[in-house]
Amino acid sequence: MLRQSGIGISLAVVAALGLSACGGGGDNSASSKTVRVTLANHVWTENIKKALPEFEKQTGLKVEITQLGEDQLSDQYNVKLNAGSSDIDVMMYRPLQEGKLFAKNGYLDDLSSKVKDAKDWNWNDFQEGPVGSTTYKGKVVGVPLITEQEVLYYRKDLLKKAGIANPPKTLDELKADAEKISKANPGVAGFVARTGKSAAVTQFSSFLYSMGGDFTDGNDHATINTPEAKKAYELYGSLIRDYGPKNVSTDMSWPEAMAIFTQGKAAFYTEADSLYKNATDPAKSKVADTVGFAPFPAGSAGSKPYNVPSWALGINDSSKNKANAWKFIQWATSKDQVLANQKSGVPGARTSVWSDPAGTSTYPKDLADAIAVSTQHGVGHDRPLVVKVPESREIVGQPIVDAITGKDVSASADAAQEQFQKLLDDENK
Amino acid sequence: MAAAGSLTTSASTPAWARWANDHRKWLFAAPAMAFVAVLIIFPVGWTIYLSLTDAEGSVRAEKSFTGLGNYLDVLTDTARFWPAVLRTVEFTGVALFFEVVLGMVVALLLWRPFRGEKWVRVAILLPLVATPVAVGMMWRLIFDPNIGFANQMLGWVGIPPQPWLAGENSALMTTAFMDIWQWTPMVVLILLAGLTALPEEPNEAALVDGASAWQRFRYVTLPMLMPTVIVAILLRGIDAIKTFDILYATKGKGGGSYHEVETLNVYAYGLSFDYNEYGIASAVLIIFFLIIVGSMWALTARGKERY
Repeated sequence: MLRQSGIGISLAVVAALGLSACGGGGDNSASSKTVRVTLANHVWTENIKKALPEFEKQTGLKVEITQLGEDQLSDQYNVKLNAGSSDIDVMMYRPLQEGKLFAKNGYLDDLSSKVKDAKDWNWNDFQEGPVGSTTYKGKVVGVPLITEQEVLYYRKDLLKKAGIANPPKTLDELKADAEKISKANPGVAGFVARTGKSAAVTQFSSFLYSMGGDFTDGNDHATINTPEAKKAYELYGSLIRDYGPKNVSTDMSWPEAMAIFTQGKAAFYTEADSLYKNATDPAKSKVADTVGFAPFPAGSAGSKPYNVPSWALGINDSSKNKANAWKFIQWATSKDQVLANQKSGVPGARTSVWSDPAGTSTYPKDLADAIAVSTQHGVGHDRPLVVKVPESREIVGQPIVDAITGKDVSASADAAQEQFQKLLDDENK
Repeated sequence: MAAAGSLTTSASTPAWARWANDHRKWLFAAPAMAFVAVLIIFPVGWTIYLSLTDAEGSVRAEKSFTGLGNYLDVLTDTARFWPAVLRTVEFTGVALFFEVVLGMVVALLLWRPFRGEKWVRVAILLPLVATPVAVGMMWRLIFDPNIGFANQMLGWVGIPPQPWLAGENSALMTTAFMDIWQWTPMVVLILLAGLTALPEEPNEAALVDGASAWQRFRYVTLPMLMPTVIVAILLRGIDAIKTFDILYATKGKGGGSYHEVETLNVYAYGLSFDYNEYGIASAVLIIFFLIIVGSMWALTARGKERY
């Protein structure tokens, strides 16, 4: 229930924290037959729920699933893990969003020996980039579940109508095409993408990399006011400001931006490929027949979309049922399950699944090609690699919003640079 | 008291029963006191403790005592804290003002019996029973700048589309409007109860003396109704200050990209759940708590003095 005041919530939280800090909250015997799994709302979750009976039959275990939206999931983890609660065994988490914080806080069990011992399951099959982001200080703390690359969604019919033969290969072409289409079709935006300060950061990152920038130089120096970064901010902002939907809101995350695209109100849309079903499913999309996919257009530094593990599975360090939790993870990330999931549209993190023709057989051909390109030149992060990710996203996202609303991008980037550097310095103290 | 105690006990009564009898005022109050201790005093105490430390990331992590450092940081923070205070005051002020004025008007209209009274009352009270999050979602659709009904309606009379929730300057007032829409009925309900309980005679006497309708309201009804009005302002004011649901449902964490609707409550939520800055979040909450207690105390003190 949201009808509670923040005070109420926070006091309840601290109460829960305090009480369980004393009590330890252990109600779970060492060999419980029930594995408690907390999952996010995702296509993957729907698929795995359907496959569950098979796992329960094989192992004789019972799986209890708690399923929550992204924000509610974060809140849930904040409360329960803070309290050292043992009523979560397996947790689905976002390595790039919360991974560092959780690992630093000791919320995640060390899986290093488990992944090494499971020979048949084959840890080496997992892609290097994703594995890197589920490893903290040399310890494996999670198993990558879903990968994500940024691609260009576009409307074949609108391009054809405007006499454009191929989807844009460069960001300059994208801008020119967006202008052409938005002028020729009143009421249809040339381009749409996320606009919310925090939400836009991940989809903006590919623009940043492709223009030759990054959030930091890799040595804890912020680099978001370099000429390259400023160009990227300006480009992203002007695409939406000049060719985006009228009266555009600056709070859009993917559901809002996707809705504009699937309602047929936009020609180009840069977004994560893992959401493609929303655009190709006729039940959700008015443009299911005319949507096309292309690799992320190249900027002055080439086409450099992100290629990241968006979700992973880990074991709660306070869980009293770790052995069975591991059984569940092994099954859920087995080659069979990853392949089955990928076939229904959820990109996996296993190399073998991508090299298997069956793995991409159900994808639209152009999407499979676009993903293949992205995985070659992809950058392994789509947001700053820090512990305080939410705060840093708001900082580096401010110039995006300022660019969209037509404020002074250069000044905004300079201000953000200063704040971001301070955050980095604080973390490395 | 002593006599009453001795009447119910005799020499054969066991010692514990005699003890219980002697201390019954404590015994009977104990469950309520334990409840208050566990659910109010402990959390508030823990929050105060956290507010004096540099707790962040995890409350189980090592933290050190920083004295009033967090309070100093918060009170000198002109980027997020003070604007949030200002927004809280603006939101509460605007919402409360319109809710009380409109509530009074509607209550006066419904005061005298008329045909179909029941139906009108039910219709007016409907917003009250809706879930705030659902209300937020509904208005978010209506106020959508591109496909929303609000702009379509403006279009019919030739007014250009407004940004509503999407506007940097219009978002807060748009959410205040939603609050007014939803909570005016509650004020109506309270005032109507007060009006119905008023004696008829003073009004009739004023009528005989030739007082106009406005004079009768201003000098007879309103002064008599004032205690009820104060109650309505108190109840609604505390709730409005603490509003969270419609703000979160319409603009999300941080109250929008420019923190357009970030009130103190939304800010404190962001600090603890998004930034994991438990120390600072606790300091903000304690200050917020003091603001609420302080303003309500001022209001009731003033109310008692005058009426």
